[in-house]
Amino acid sequence: MRSCGAVPLRTSVVAILILAIVATTQGQDSSPATPLTLVSRDGRRTVPTSLQAGREVVALDDVANLFQVSVKEDALAGGVTVSYRGRTIVASANRPMASVEGRVVSLPSPVVRAGRRWLVPIEFLSVALASIYDQRIELRRTSRLLIVGDVRLPRVTALVESPGPPTRASIDIAPSTAVAVNAEPGRLTVRIDADGLDFTPANAGGLIDRIRPGDQPNTIVVTLTDAAGTARSTVTTENNVARVLIEVPAGAASESRAPSPEVRPPTPESPTAVPDPRAALAAIRTWQTIVIDPGHGGDDVGVRGAKGAEEKQLTLDIARRLRTMVENRLGLRVILTRDDDRAIALDQRAAVANNGKANLLISLHVNGALVPEQAGAEIFHLQLDRESAEVVRVATAEGTALPTLGGGTRRLDLIPWDLAQARHLDESSVLASVLQEELQRQIPMSTSPVRQAPMRLLAAANMPAALIEVAYLTNPEQEARLNSDDFKTVVAQAVFSAIVRFRAWSEESQTP
Amino acid sequence: MSMKVWWLAFIGGLSVLVLIAISIARMYGPQEPPPPEQPSTAAAADPKETAHITATLFFGSPDGQSLVPVRRDVPLASSVVEQGRQILAAQLSAEPPASHVGVIPAGTTVRAFYVTDRGDAFVDLSPDIMRGHPGGSLNELLTVYAIVNAVTANLPAARRVQILVDGKEADTIAGHVDLRRPLTRNDSLVRESDEK
Repeated sequence: MRSCGAVPLRTSVVAILILAIVATTQGQDSSPATPLTLVSRDGRRTVPTSLQAGREVVALDDVANLFQVSVKEDALAGGVTVSYRGRTIVASANRPMASVEGRVVSLPSPVVRAGRRWLVPIEFLSVALASIYDQRIELRRTSRLLIVGDVRLPRVTALVESPGPPTRASIDIAPSTAVAVNAEPGRLTVRIDADGLDFTPANAGGLIDRIRPGDQPNTIVVTLTDAAGTARSTVTTENNVARVLIEVPAGAASESRAPSPEVRPPTPESPTAVPDPRAALAAIRTWQTIVIDPGHGGDDVGVRGAKGAEEKQLTLDIARRLRTMVENRLGLRVILTRDDDRAIALDQRAAVANNGKANLLISLHVNGALVPEQAGAEIFHLQLDRESAEVVRVATAEGTALPTLGGGTRRLDLIPWDLAQARHLDESSVLASVLQEELQRQIPMSTSPVRQAPMRLLAAANMPAALIEVAYLTNPEQEARLNSDDFKTVVAQAVFSAIVRFRAWSEESQTP
Repeated sequence: MSMKVWWLAFIGGLSVLVLIAISIARMYGPQEPPPPEQPSTAAAADPKETAHITATLFFGSPDGQSLVPVRRDVPLASSVVEQGRQILAAQLSAEPPASHVGVIPAGTTVRAFYVTDRGDAFVDLSPDIMRGHPGGSLNELLTVYAIVNAVTANLPAARRVQILVDGKEADTIAGHVDLRRPLTRNDSLVRESDEK
């Protein structure tokens, strides 16, 4: 009986400890940061932010409320789409990037899904959202301001240049605008022609006690010490910066008193997020680019069907559909080796992928057979002959030592460029299997759906790569299907699903 | 010892010497011609008939998915290179068995053939192989390996085969299979024939 009672007690203690740890961890990951202030013609509003793994983030549902954008989750792709008047941003979980109307932009930290909320780094607002929004969005991180629309909010920087006496200080206003200075006993009020000010707190010293924002959103107040005399000011303009120069002599009663030479340090800036090294690492490992190669083109028609369908046109059509899906749903940069009907050498296609530092190369083809009954999709990955494999093995094992600028040497593996795929044979094999699984869910497969062969394009690809023959154009029934939009979309969807799965596997397998 | 015994001993010793001499002559003298290496069915009975070997050629299977080895008579040649030309000529021009399909475009001819000491064979084909090719990765694999397998299966001196087109190194025949290096025999594409 006693032991029976002890077990639930121990269980409870463990559960409480776990909850405490979880609560502590969550607390660390979502510590509230000073909110941003959204400044627009409509006034000022607060934009709540939090810290996630050391990076300041904002919730997309808050963004949706503030900017009237729609936020939609894509569970299959593991991402989220932000839309505004037909323009879209696509971001994927745990990736420090977003695709803005098909253009990939980098973010300083990954997009995160926390419970039901999607959290994006605050820079998302100025880097991504600004690109699809119909008003200017400017993030001023230091001053915690988010400026939306045509709001005049010049940066104001104050500095005590010498404690004196006379104490000399300057107030810079950029961009330049009309400035009026009103001198009163013990203080100066600087009125700036603007809707608000982006004021950087200044140091103080000498006969200046403080430089601070005034009661009005467009004023700065310079408070003088009791020892100060009557301050003088001049306003100059240069390079689109208005400068207020202030000179404060000592007052008559305190001429003999030496002013304090101490210059107080400026007020600490708003909390600055500490970069999370994990986020930086993630940026290195995460996918950014894939290359889709529509086979053939130009004079090289490829296979021609009995009804006249041409391989080169079909591959380009499917490639474009796949590009749209990947860009819109995964937010990756997609490069097509050709986006029109032109002949491109196989070396050039491989070079596009290698120079674009693509994470994946998919070559799309349509097959031809000697007998019209032959049907179904096939996937090819590279087969390296023994001699080529030996060349790569020796190059990798021996390496080449090159001298570096700082002394010492750096080891390089010199592999013939046209055998670059040798490093990725295992990954490409996995890719072929994933493609097979996804394609066979959607379309008929050949009796030998995965083949290994010395494919010319794949050999030079320095990334996981596969070639897909999506169907047989020599089969009349398949030719008819290839001509339908539905079939081409289904093929693109199947390849897209395979890309999603393979990307997850690839990134997972790289995690130490 | 009587004279008769001496004669017997003399004749016995002479016989032994003769036997030794015959053995030495067999050991170092001209040898008998070796049996032909190839599975020859040369028509020795009638010297007017051309001697030939039985070579293994490769055609497309009825479903177009694989290569099928088919045995055919090919004229016997006096050298490896000439034998290679004969085998290739047969591979390029022979009609496939019933229900099988040819995998090499019609009109393709052998421009040159040679074998290096390292066992690399070079097959120089006419441009018809590219012009007449219907395309498709599988078709191209079958075309390439019908040639590679035909050479390596019938010529022990050839270990690898590089295909040239019109005297020059070619990237591919139809945009898929890498021809820039010599290729070794590929048995994964081969399915046994029903024809015996």
